[in-house]
Amino acid sequence: MMTAKDAPEPRLHILSVLVENRAGVLTRVAGLFARRGFNIHSLAVAPNDDDRFSRISMVVDVQSAPLEQMIKQLDKLINVIEIDELAPHEAVSRELLVATVSAPPDVRSQVIELVQIFEGRVLNVGQESILVSLDGAPEKLDDFERLLRPYGIEAMQRTGRVALPRLHQRAALGVVDNRAS
Amino acid sequence: MKITGKTNGGSALIQALENEGVDTIFGLPGGAILPVYDPIIDSPIRHILVRHEQGAGHMAEGYAHATGRPGVAMVTSGPAATNVVTPLADAYMDSVPLVMITGQVPYSAIGTDAFQECDTTGITMPVTKHNFLVTEAQDIPRIVHEAFHIATTGRPGPVLIDVPKDIVDPQNPRSAMEWYDPGPIDLPGYRPLTNGDPKLIRRAAELMMRAERPVIYAGGGILKARASAALKELAELCDLHVVTTLMARGAFPDDHPLCLGMPGMHGNYTAVTAIQECDLLIALGSRFDDRVTGKVSDFAPHAEVIHVDIDAAELGKVRVPEVGIAGDCRLVIEELVTALRDLGAPENLPDRQAWRSTISGWRETYPLVYEMSEPGDLLKPQYVLEQLRDNTPDDCIVASGVGQHQMWTSQYWKFNHPNTWVNSGGLGTMGFAVPAAIGAKVGRPDRMVWAVDGDGCFQMTAQELVTAATERIPVKIAILNNAYLGMVRQWQEMFYDERYSEVYLSPDLPDYKMWAEAMGCVGMRVESPDEVLPAIEKANGIDDRPVVIDFRTDAREKVYPMVPSGRSNSDIVVGPGQGDGGH
Repeated sequence: MMTAKDAPEPRLHILSVLVENRAGVLTRVAGLFARRGFNIHSLAVAPNDDDRFSRISMVVDVQSAPLEQMIKQLDKLINVIEIDELAPHEAVSRELLVATVSAPPDVRSQVIELVQIFEGRVLNVGQESILVSLDGAPEKLDDFERLLRPYGIEAMQRTGRVALPRLHQRAALGVVDNRAS
Repeated sequence: MKITGKTNGGSALIQALENEGVDTIFGLPGGAILPVYDPIIDSPIRHILVRHEQGAGHMAEGYAHATGRPGVAMVTSGPAATNVVTPLADAYMDSVPLVMITGQVPYSAIGTDAFQECDTTGITMPVTKHNFLVTEAQDIPRIVHEAFHIATTGRPGPVLIDVPKDIVDPQNPRSAMEWYDPGPIDLPGYRPLTNGDPKLIRRAAELMMRAERPVIYAGGGILKARASAALKELAELCDLHVVTTLMARGAFPDDHPLCLGMPGMHGNYTAVTAIQECDLLIALGSRFDDRVTGKVSDFAPHAEVIHVDIDAAELGKVRVPEVGIAGDCRLVIEELVTALRDLGAPENLPDRQAWRSTISGWRETYPLVYEMSEPGDLLKPQYVLEQLRDNTPDDCIVASGVGQHQMWTSQYWKFNHPNTWVNSGGLGTMGFAVPAAIGAKVGRPDRMVWAVDGDGCFQMTAQELVTAATERIPVKIAILNNAYLGMVRQWQEMFYDERYSEVYLSPDLPDYKMWAEAMGCVGMRVESPDEVLPAIEKANGIDDRPVVIDFRTDAREKVYPMVPSGRSNSDIVVGPGQGDGGH
């Protein structure tokens, strides 16, 4: 049953989910979330260093369902090996943004300056626009996006965040440790 | 068949099933699964040819319910696979161990909209515990072994194996493989829980030692965990009353003085009210289903909750327990018994005399009764059930469909043995009774098997009686024929101002007696109370073919007690005569 969340509790949590690298695993995870009414805010999937496994980094909305239910239901999927729940302050997370920004010659230098301040990169330059990239903490990307917007963002893609636990503060919520009490 | 060395995927599949101890497959062949049907001819496994794939699925479920062993069904691709979606969903809801094998178009044809192709693993993902699409013949022995392991351990459930034709067809080089015995299970993401956390067991035992009004809320998990004996020991040790949910009927004997019977929407007054008034609710292998809780916020409002379930996700899903223990029901109950003895049980328990008296008072005041029919009226369904109950062996297996007849059977039958009640609880699948009874009889040929069915349900799957007649599976079917979709009629009467919309079915069309005879069964029709017993006795004496009795029952009869949908269990409505001691 859904319990009222305390006000300071962050709404978005990160689940770092180690899964078997098999066909259809993402469908199983996404399907589970859809049929149980859990909301996924963002999702990133890629093979692990060990190619038998992949890591799914998903940002979930804990207002749509209790986090504990999400973790326990995920854990029931046979192809899910391990789930780490990362509270935002316990995670080191990164995200990549690429954007095509309108940058005619008269303002181009301003846009490039902005990119440099954020330690981003210019990947491609056209007559009237430039293609830039920035990786970093999602909040930094938010700021960058906000400052680019007045120049005119013609196209943009963000990857969704990938995350691992901050070292020495790893809150394991693995298969054997998630007994409710 | 015993193969070693070089073989093909089809033979290996049958060999793998034999190695898992499979004695029966319920199924129906077709194009994509054809190569697997060829080695069946040489296998000791009995194959039962159904008339519709849904029947194969429900038969496998009935087999599993009655034996506790996994049911196995096999069908072809496409429409056959979609026809088994209902049994898979049913088995998933009721945690029935099932292994379903479906044919698939050749691997290279997948995704081309080939003849009889459908995305079987995609379609069945939400209704199976797990499913496999086999891509290499070499994987077959391992995958079959994993499928049985997953289906039968932890919280049991259906597992589907989708097998492309090329890897089982000896004509195709892709089917060539070397037989091997699969090694130990290697599923890093699947480690079912077993023992409970000792600290939590201790806390639960302490709550049980001080509760003044405790009730055990036993669910289907007791049967799945084979925990009936452990449950009895626990209940007797601490003098705990037990309610048995629809899925747990028979898990605790109805003739036991501590048994209160079924709770929930159509539970008896005492079982429902004991939960409402208890101070400690001990949920064992039950999942706080909406048909049990009614309005959740008003369910067992004074109770602390101990919840034991092998599925950790059930703990706190509906009601947050004071103590939630993830583990196997039988092991946890045994651990609880030990912890309780350590705390001094059966001594040192609070005086529960007042609670016992309250419960006996409810039992006396609110018995499960009905009004007898007037001469010339149609039969009372409850009367038919009482006659059937009293004139069949104590360990008779009873299957039912879904609706009024199911509720009456659960209410009026006396279930004194585990695995004697076969029904569709969670999904509520009409048409379950006939095929499930057939599967149960195949699994337990030594037992008498009756199905109590409604006329609406019977029409959905009756064709499987042809299967039963052909295979000489002597099940007995009692149709409570009230010529209506009775439960829907009851809701329309009570909640839709008696506006009966699309619920009338006719008592005579079809003619059930003739239909039964056409299917190779003995058919009978019973219209008056004095014919009931002779018909049952005649049916009990027939052991070489199925029997169908068309009992003409009174459509005005409603299932009581009833907690109206979405209301508090404290608002339970009892039927005529049920509130004044049966007078």
